[in-house]
Amino acid sequence: MSAIVDNFWWLLLIKVLVVAIFIPTFSLVLIFAELKISAHMQSRIGPYFAGGRWGWAQPLADGLKFMQKEDLIPADADRPVFKIAPMIVLMGSLAVFVIVPFSPHLIVSDLDLGIFYALAAGSIGTVGVLMAGWSSANKYSLMGGLRAGAQLIAYELPLVLAVVGVVIAAGTMSMGGIVAAQVEPWFHIGSFGVRLPFIFQGQVVGFVIFMMASMAELSRTPFDMPIAESELVMGYLTEYSGIRFTMFFLAEYAGMFSMSAIAATLFLGGYYLPGLPIDDGAMYVLGPIVLITKVLFLVFVMIWMRWTFPRLREDQLQSMAWRWLIPLALVNIAVTATLKVVF
Amino acid sequence: MTDRHLLAMHHAEVSVSVELETPDVTLNLGPQHPSTHGVLRLIAKVDGEVITEVDPVIGYMHRGYEKLAEVRTYPQITALVNRIDWVSGFANEIPFMVAIERLMGLEVPERARYIRLVLTEMARISSHLVFLSSYPLELGAATPLMHALRERERVLDLIEGVTGGRFHPNFNRIGGVKPAAGAGSTQKKVIQDLPEGFLAQTRDAMTNVLSVCDDMEDLVVGNEIFVERTKGVGLIPADRALEFGVSGPNLRASGVGFDIRKTDDYLPYSRFEFDVPVGANGDCFDRYMVRFEEIRQAARIVIQAVDTMPSGELQAKVPRVIKVPKGEVYVRAENPKGEMGYHVVSEGGRGPYRLKIRSASFSNISILPWLLEGQLVPDVIAILGSLDFVLGDVDR
Repeated sequence: MSAIVDNFWWLLLIKVLVVAIFIPTFSLVLIFAELKISAHMQSRIGPYFAGGRWGWAQPLADGLKFMQKEDLIPADADRPVFKIAPMIVLMGSLAVFVIVPFSPHLIVSDLDLGIFYALAAGSIGTVGVLMAGWSSANKYSLMGGLRAGAQLIAYELPLVLAVVGVVIAAGTMSMGGIVAAQVEPWFHIGSFGVRLPFIFQGQVVGFVIFMMASMAELSRTPFDMPIAESELVMGYLTEYSGIRFTMFFLAEYAGMFSMSAIAATLFLGGYYLPGLPIDDGAMYVLGPIVLITKVLFLVFVMIWMRWTFPRLREDQLQSMAWRWLIPLALVNIAVTATLKVVF
Repeated sequence: MTDRHLLAMHHAEVSVSVELETPDVTLNLGPQHPSTHGVLRLIAKVDGEVITEVDPVIGYMHRGYEKLAEVRTYPQITALVNRIDWVSGFANEIPFMVAIERLMGLEVPERARYIRLVLTEMARISSHLVFLSSYPLELGAATPLMHALRERERVLDLIEGVTGGRFHPNFNRIGGVKPAAGAGSTQKKVIQDLPEGFLAQTRDAMTNVLSVCDDMEDLVVGNEIFVERTKGVGLIPADRALEFGVSGPNLRASGVGFDIRKTDDYLPYSRFEFDVPVGANGDCFDRYMVRFEEIRQAARIVIQAVDTMPSGELQAKVPRVIKVPKGEVYVRAENPKGEMGYHVVSEGGRGPYRLKIRSASFSNISILPWLLEGQLVPDVIAILGSLDFVLGDVDR
């Protein structure tokens, strides 16, 4: 066993398999959650028959249905670009997963520049969206792709700036290090160390900005202008069908998981919950449970938002990003840095 | 490499030395598009996301009702006019029936007039509920739809209980209304009236409608994004609205308090108290709010009418074969979508010589080329939705 774990290539293979199996499975869970939660918000029942109980197999059945469908490519499409685009989008979402720590040692790869890598990898998806919009040879797709591009530029900045506050507070960019900084006692009352996640250490503004920006990046309502069903039909997704559409679909939910996991790690203490034991053994068991609970909570908030709000207009979104979120994020950085120096 | 690519390269070489052109793109919105409620086609020239010119193409839904009416008898036409604006089928029958009755000089029994009025207002409520719920959907909010349609279903159940049909009641008869659903030929002596418990159920349903209106107001109008998307968008000044023949809630949203229910006497509206809601600016938000208030007023009318419902006959004495004396008449009514009118020309036969249908949606969307110019694509969707047209009503 240890021979396998010590061998770099075997370990790599195991890690790749874990990512490749875990993410799609978890995405199915999130899709099911979305179906059921939205149904109950709209006084419907939602899926009910597939799988026998609560319709739990509905996402699976949908996925299988999509795979059976014909893979249509428009005659005028730029074929290679059209084919690669969904893979790039899915890859971007999967790649982020690499640096999410489930416990102090349960992490695919704890990079020194972890959060930096995550933000960079997360933006790759938009390139795929632009490719999809451009190659479809459809005006609606093109407009959707361009909107996604504009959205990326507007929202990548607040996203990064919101993270900077946490990085300053933690003093590291490694995801493991950021959680460790939240496990460290913030201050002591007598001999009792008060351990709090960063959201309670003054990063509330950062957290809100991060969540809004990540929803914009995932293009979910109220920021779903790139898809905008009632305006652009389905935006860059219009011409996709079958397995390629499934990839986009999976990528959306994988992205929701990745973004929520990063938010949970940066702001909510990651795998650690105040009050739980912090020795390694306990973390191995409790860590994943705690993190996934937090992720599910954040995903619930995203679903809740989606089924409550209408969508913004592109220019309203831009003005919100440039006039509110970016200045707020900058103020947040300045305040955090000042406090860090003073105390 | 295909010819097309070569041609594109050729063009590229030519234009490189001059400057890069940014030609307008022609965007076909429709006839199959999620936001046009059917088969309206807008040929839009877009510069980026700004519409520079728009050319609506209608007629995909044309069924030729005016011509069809010429070869049918008057009672047969009732089934046709139902299907003009199918969201409020019942309301379409009223002006046609009143027109025939005026030509024939028939006195319609009071009870029949009251039943017509109650069902017309219910049709208005159901039509407006469809609008109030589907409009947020166009702006991206899916949840209000489900809540409003649930209440609408109760209203439709009531309509179905009386008429036997949810969408196409075909319930009016020349000189009154049909004996209610369930009256068979064997029961000729027992004239079936409104179903048992109808009046009480109607009062309940109206209370529910009012409460769902309050919920919707919290959910939709209390939402900053919705307000942001609709306030100041798609402004129609009052004089413009009148020039283009805009009518109904769209006109009242622009500040013109014109309501045919107040001015004409096609149904006994003058006996009930109700207000005519008027908007201030004529933007999408006002058009939305006016319809909100109209539902409340309609519920108010229904409750009053149910409380004072007279008893008596359901239909005036009419001959077995209906022949209308020579003459012509125009009768209009305040339908949920706006002014709906029928100009009937009779040569004295069993069917009309000519039937001209003035439908509200057709006139309402005639303002589109003027209104949509210079708007953003997302605003176009917001404006289209706010005009609340039905393609069957546009094309007829």
